[in-house]
Amino acid sequence: MREKAVYVLGLLAAFVMIFNLNTVFNKLPDEAMQGAVYRIIFIHVPAAIDADIFFTVSLLTAVLFLVTRKFIWDSVTVSCIEVGTMLVFLNLVTGSIWGRNQWGIWWAWDLRMTSQLMCFLLYLGYLLVRPAIAEPTQKATLSAIVAIFAYADIPLVLMAIRLPNVRTQHPGPVLETGNLAPAFRAPFGIGILALLLMGTALVLVRLHQETTRREIDSLRRELHAA
Amino acid sequence: MQGLRSAFAIAKKDLQTELRTKESINAAASFALVILVLFSFAFDLGREELYAISGGLLWLVYSFAGALIVNRGFARELPNDCLEVLMSSPAPAWSIFLGKSVAAFFLLLIVELISLPVFGLFYNIRWLQNFGSLAMVILLATWGITVVGTSFSAVTVNVRLRELMLPVLLYPILIPLLIGAMGTTTALLGGESLGGDNIASLRLLIGFDAIYTALALYLIDFVLIV
Repeated sequence: MREKAVYVLGLLAAFVMIFNLNTVFNKLPDEAMQGAVYRIIFIHVPAAIDADIFFTVSLLTAVLFLVTRKFIWDSVTVSCIEVGTMLVFLNLVTGSIWGRNQWGIWWAWDLRMTSQLMCFLLYLGYLLVRPAIAEPTQKATLSAIVAIFAYADIPLVLMAIRLPNVRTQHPGPVLETGNLAPAFRAPFGIGILALLLMGTALVLVRLHQETTRREIDSLRRELHAA
Repeated sequence: MQGLRSAFAIAKKDLQTELRTKESINAAASFALVILVLFSFAFDLGREELYAISGGLLWLVYSFAGALIVNRGFARELPNDCLEVLMSSPAPAWSIFLGKSVAAFFLLLIVELISLPVFGLFYNIRWLQNFGSLAMVILLATWGITVVGTSFSAVTVNVRLRELMLPVLLYPILIPLLIGAMGTTTALLGGESLGGDNIASLRLLIGFDAIYTALALYLIDFVLIV
C-alpha cells in the first residue's frame, strides 16, 4: 500500500513538474529586466516555501514523539528534516546562480540569504548529531529536542538579521505586495505543489527506510541479547 | 523552593570543584588569550577599523571559551557514574540543569573578565568608557551562551564524539544572540550609548534568553530521563 502511494505520488510529482517546466520554459515570455534567468524563481521560491512546510511538520512530529513516545513520529521528523534541508540547499544554490547572473556575485550577506543559510546549518547539526547516538530511544528523544531547539531559533534569526545596519540586496517580497504578474501566478503555485508532492514522496521513501532500519536494529539487539 | 535550593547546591558544588581543580577555567582562559593573540596576526588594522570589528572579535573569543566551559558541565559527572546518582536524587531535572547553567555562567564570566582587560590592552580599546552598559550586554549574552550550551552539553553527554558535536549544534543556534551581542558591543566600545538602534539588539538578547531558558527548563526532563 505504502509502496503504491510512493509510486503514485512520485509519478504525479514528475508529471506536475514536467508540465510546469514546459509552461515556464516554453510558454512564459522573458522578463523585461532580467531576460530568461528570472525563471529560476519558479524553483527557488517554491523550494523555500516547501522547506518551511516540512520543517513545521518536523516540529509538530518532534513534539508528538516526546508526548506519545511512538517511534513513528521520530521517523517522520527525521524524514521531513532531511527533505527540508535538501530543499533549503536547492533554494540556496538556485539563488546563488541567479545572484551570479544578476548581481555578478555568488553570495551577499543579505538578510534573507543569511537566514536561509542559518536554517540550513541548524538542521545540518540535527542530521550530524543523530547518527552519533547509538541507543534508539535516546537517539529519538535527543534528536526531537534538537529539532525543537532548531525551530525555535528561526524567528530569532529573522529578528537578528533585521537589526539596523544590516545590508539588504534580495528583491523585495513580491508575493506579499501582490506584484507578481498574473501570468506568473499559476506556474508559481504549481511549482510549490510539484516540489511538495516530490518532497512528500521522498518523505514516504525515507519513512519506509527508517522503519525497516529500526526493525533490523531491534532484531540485531534481540540476537545479541539471546 | 526545594528545587531552587537543589539548584543552588549543584551550582555551588560545580563552582567549588572547578575552582579547586581549575581544569576547564584554565583551559578556557588560556584559549581565549591565544585566540586574542592570533587575531592580532590575522588582521592588520588601523584604529577606526579595529573599533569597527571589536565587538565581533570579543564575542568570537567569548563564544569559543564558552563552548569549552559548557562542554565540561555534564561531562564532569561521567566518571564514577555521578550523573546517574544526580538523576536518581530527589532534585528535579530542571534544578540540576539550572544549577549547572548558573555554575557555567559564573565560570564563563570569570574567563570574560580576565580576557576583557587583555583585549583592551592588546588592541588599545577603551572598554571602561561604557562599562555599565557593556556589563549588561555581557551578562545577557553570557547567560544565553551558557543556557543553550548547558542544554546541549546534556544532550551530547552520552554521544560519541561529544567534543565535536557540541560546537556543531551550539554555534548555529547562537547566531542570533551573537549578532545582537556583537553589534551592541561594537557600538558601545565605539563610544555610543545604549539607546536608539541598540535597544533592538538588547531586546533580541532578552528574547533569546527568555525563550531558551524556558524551553530548556521544560525540555530537560526529557533529556535527563534517557
